Amino acid sequence: MLLAANDVNVAMNIGFGIIATVMIFAAFSVVTTKNVVHAALYLVLVLAGVAAQYILAAAEFVAVSQVMVYIGAVMVLFLFGIMLTRAQIGAEDGLNNSGWQLGIPVGVILFGLLAYVIIDAYEDDVIGERQPFPTEELSDQILSPFLVPFLAVSFVLLAAAIGAIVLARKD
Amino acid sequence: MLAVEETHTALELSSGWFMENAWLIALIPAIGFALIIGFGKKMPFKGAEFGLSSMAASLVIATGAGIQWIQRTDSASPGGEEALGGLFTGVRGAVRAAEGAEAAPYIEPVVTQWVWWQNSGLEFGLGSHIDGLSVLLLWLVAFISLLVQIFSLDYVRGDRRYTHFFAALTLFSSGMLVMVMSSNMVQLILGWEIMGLCSFMLIGHWWEDAYNSHSALKAFFTVRVGDVGLLIGTAILYFGANDFAVNTLDSNGFDIRAIGAWALSGEGSSWTLLMASIALFIACIGKSGQFPLHTWLPDAMAGPTPVSSLLHSSTMVVAGVFLVARIYPVFWEGFNIASGGLSFIAVIGGITIVIAALLAFVQDDIKKVLAYSTVSQLGYMMLGLGTGAWLPAVFHVFTHAFFKCCLFLCAGSISHSGSHHSFDMKKDMGGLRKKMPITFWAWIVSTLALTGVIPFAGFWSKDEIIDNVGANGYTVLFWVGLGGAALTAMYMTRATYLTFFGEARGAAAGIHHDDGGHDEYATEHRETLITAATIDRELVMAGPAPQSLGAAAATHESGDRGDHRDDHDDHGDDHGDHGDHGPHESGKLIVVPIVILAFLALTAGFANPTPLAGDALGANLGEGVELIKTYVEPRYEPVFVDETAGHAGESVQLIDASTLPAVEDDGGEGKSDDGKAKCGRGTPEPGTVCYFPNVKHAVPELGKILLSLAVVAIGYAAAIGFCIAYYRNRNSRLVGLTERSRIARGGYLFLKNKYYLDALYQNVFVFFVSRPLAKATYWFNQNVIDGAVNGVGAGGKATGNWVYKYIDQGLVDGAVNASGKAASETGHGLQPMQSGKVNQYGALLFGAATVGAIVLVILNVS
Amino acid sequence: MLAVNFLLLAAVLFCIGVFGVIARRNAVLVLMSIELILNAVNLNLVAFALMNNNIEGQVFALFVIAIAAAEVGVGLAMVLMIYRNRKSIALDELSEMKG
Repeated sequence: MLLAANDVNVAMNIGFGIIATVMIFAAFSVVTTKNVVHAALYLVLVLAGVAAQYILAAAEFVAVSQVMVYIGAVMVLFLFGIMLTRAQIGAEDGLNNSGWQLGIPVGVILFGLLAYVIIDAYEDDVIGERQPFPTEELSDQILSPFLVPFLAVSFVLLAAAIGAIVLARKD
Repeated sequence: MLAVEETHTALELSSGWFMENAWLIALIPAIGFALIIGFGKKMPFKGAEFGLSSMAASLVIATGAGIQWIQRTDSASPGGEEALGGLFTGVRGAVRAAEGAEAAPYIEPVVTQWVWWQNSGLEFGLGSHIDGLSVLLLWLVAFISLLVQIFSLDYVRGDRRYTHFFAALTLFSSGMLVMVMSSNMVQLILGWEIMGLCSFMLIGHWWEDAYNSHSALKAFFTVRVGDVGLLIGTAILYFGANDFAVNTLDSNGFDIRAIGAWALSGEGSSWTLLMASIALFIACIGKSGQFPLHTWLPDAMAGPTPVSSLLHSSTMVVAGVFLVARIYPVFWEGFNIASGGLSFIAVIGGITIVIAALLAFVQDDIKKVLAYSTVSQLGYMMLGLGTGAWLPAVFHVFTHAFFKCCLFLCAGSISHSGSHHSFDMKKDMGGLRKKMPITFWAWIVSTLALTGVIPFAGFWSKDEIIDNVGANGYTVLFWVGLGGAALTAMYMTRATYLTFFGEARGAAAGIHHDDGGHDEYATEHRETLITAATIDRELVMAGPAPQSLGAAAATHESGDRGDHRDDHDDHGDDHGDHGDHGPHESGKLIVVPIVILAFLALTAGFANPTPLAGDALGANLGEGVELIKTYVEPRYEPVFVDETAGHAGESVQLIDASTLPAVEDDGGEGKSDDGKAKCGRGTPEPGTVCYFPNVKHAVPELGKILLSLAVVAIGYAAAIGFCIAYYRNRNSRLVGLTERSRIARGGYLFLKNKYYLDALYQNVFVFFVSRPLAKATYWFNQNVIDGAVNGVGAGGKATGNWVYKYIDQGLVDGAVNASGKAASETGHGLQPMQSGKVNQYGALLFGAATVGAIVLVILNVS
Repeated sequence: MLAVNFLLLAAVLFCIGVFGVIARRNAVLVLMSIELILNAVNLNLVAFALMNNNIEGQVFALFVIAIAAAEVGVGLAMVLMIYRNRKSIALDELSEMKG
């Protein structure tokens, strides 16, 4: 299956596999650990793994952006949030709500569905060696076809920043 | 001998304008009535003009109809076969072959009818039906009514309701004429009822006095009791005769001739005929005052004298006799008069003769004497009809009307001019023969006619009845009739003596006392005896339950205040003509009718002097002198009806008399019976109908005539002797007999109290109906009928409640509520979904998305 | 390598994220789960970009990253407000929209 294809780049696959395993394990821990801070740290691990996958997928700029924005800013925000909401240090029991069992079947079924669809659609599709895209191409895309979304995103960021300030100020 | 079915011979009978338009005879008085009611008060004679003129017109038309009927009858006899030009009228009689036998064909009556009722095959009409009987009575009623109205012009003058009096008299005449000329039972009943209504109105003419209005009610209700029989009898006859009438005669079950034909055809069961006869005769008992429903007639004397003379002596009370005579075939077959058995009619007639005659002896009121005399004479008529003496009975109706009306008018004349409006013989009359000679002689003539003295009218009619009764084999009733004749002589003598002979008493002597005089003939103790007057008033006015005689006597102490009501104060406001206070002869308007009637009382008998038709009295004038028999008595010959023709009588066949079966005669005396006795004594041949039975006519014999005259003479002698002894000489053995002898007193009281019949009727029957029966009926009505209705209502209410509770509230509302509840429960059930918890929402969101995705995948992949 | 690898990995991350959203009580943890979801989506986009040799996937991914960052900022601001008012950020207790 995964590894039983011709012209397979063994190294890429192995690298992918290791990173994927780590990511899954870390993601699973995020949602099951009893320690909030540990959850945040496991999330960092996930995000890092995602960045590595980006590199494997020949999307360096995205990978770097991921690292910088997500791990650098978002995680810091999370940690600030954890701190400011006086999360308990150490394990605490009541992190799962009363109906958390419901999530299992939902998740499983959803995964089953998605897996079925994906395998059904993309079975045995092989991705060949690829050269990474140059960054200019990326910027060309951003600043021409996607100019309006780019500006909109900037507004969104502005609104979010102002909104966050407005929301969180002490009145 | 001619064979049957050979030639057709039509019997052409003459008709005439008067006969065909005889309905005018009844219509004109009806119009007169309307005119009097409408315009009477404004007329110079206060409406009497209309009455008199209408009765005169009726009399003229009736006379014309009578003459034309005589012509018609003559035109059918062998001598008058030539056609007198005229119309056919339905069924034709057959002319017998010339075999030497006298042809006495059935004379078809003249019928003019308008359809009154028409519905699904049943059709009867209103109109006139002229045959001998009806034309005789039409003329009689018109004549008597005219005379009485002339009499009333003077007699009722000044009365407070003069106009309405004439209106009621005219309406009565119209009603009786309607009845007499009717061709079907429905019209007969109509006329009957109109008469009853007018009788009520007229008896109660001075209704301000309660006694008068109670008498009127008593008359009406007593006759009503009998009228139930009339309706039942009509119904029985209708259902019995209708099939026969429709099939054979193209008629219906109400038609009187059809009923007669049916009765004689043998198709009616004897039980039906008997029931119908009894029912109809009960009506006659009521109307004609037979025992036991005679009690209303004496109290009917409360009305003014013209009313008594017209209604309650000559015309209305003979309506019952007329009914029997009219539908005679029904009674003939129903009571088996043919076989000579004792019939119900004859028995009642005989009883009535005697009890009424006995009651006439103890009356102080002259009108009451005459009333009981009328009842007794009606008994004679019924006796005659019940024993098969149809002709003498009808003839007696004819003659009795004259002399009885004359007697009543004389009584009126006496009270008007002689006894200052009093009718009490003992108190206010006496010795009037010198003061009122015309009235006296008219009275004497009428009395002689009444008692049957030759050659006055009553002899020819009443003695014929008695003769036929004896000849038909009824020995006991024969002697009853003779005894009744003797009694008649006796009580009339008493009345005559008290009125016209002896010393003048009270008002006749010119003494006026407004509180009534006292009885000159009363002994001291007489006052304490109960007199009929008190009993009359107490019972008629439905007083308290009868106390014992003694107690009533005790309350009678206050003198004779009760007695004087016998006076029948019949002067409303009139004290005008009291110029002279003594008795005097009445004015011309009163006297002329009396004289006319007295003359007729003398001569009317010669209309049918049967003894003169034979050898009995020596002068044999032939059968032609029997005018009533020739022209009034219906013929008993069978009449052919062609059943194959759609209309009865389209073709006529010769009847060969010899081919018809000869039924054995019942041994009647030879001459008056024909060789073949068919109708009424056997079933008629197929194809023929009989309209009248073959009644027997007795042949008078000198011996019987002398016997009856002797009986009457004995009666007169005894009575005259007694009157002289008792009233003039005050024979000590006779005076006070009723006080001394217990038997005499008992008999006297029994008679005075009218056999206690009034007490029986009032206190037993009426009381029973008005108290227990009414209470029971009321109980039934309230508890059973109302209970049923209430029950239905309660049931409905309970059903409604149940439906409301279980179906409306439970089922319908339940369904509605359930749907609402389902909705709310669903909402409640789904409410936990809205927990407000984000996690849950997220779960739902992703779950729903998953499900949607699965669906999409499945749809797209499959 | 097979294309499905990336996509399956993304699906796994997505499902884990869904599970986290449903199961976690702490608001911050829920936000973290949402981050997982977003990252799964990003991975998907980049994988498609790789598969189709089209750069637009990567552009889209960049935008997602930007939006995610903005969203986390606002979200945490709201969490802080909730914490300030209720002294607790257990989503169980935030059921005022309960109907």
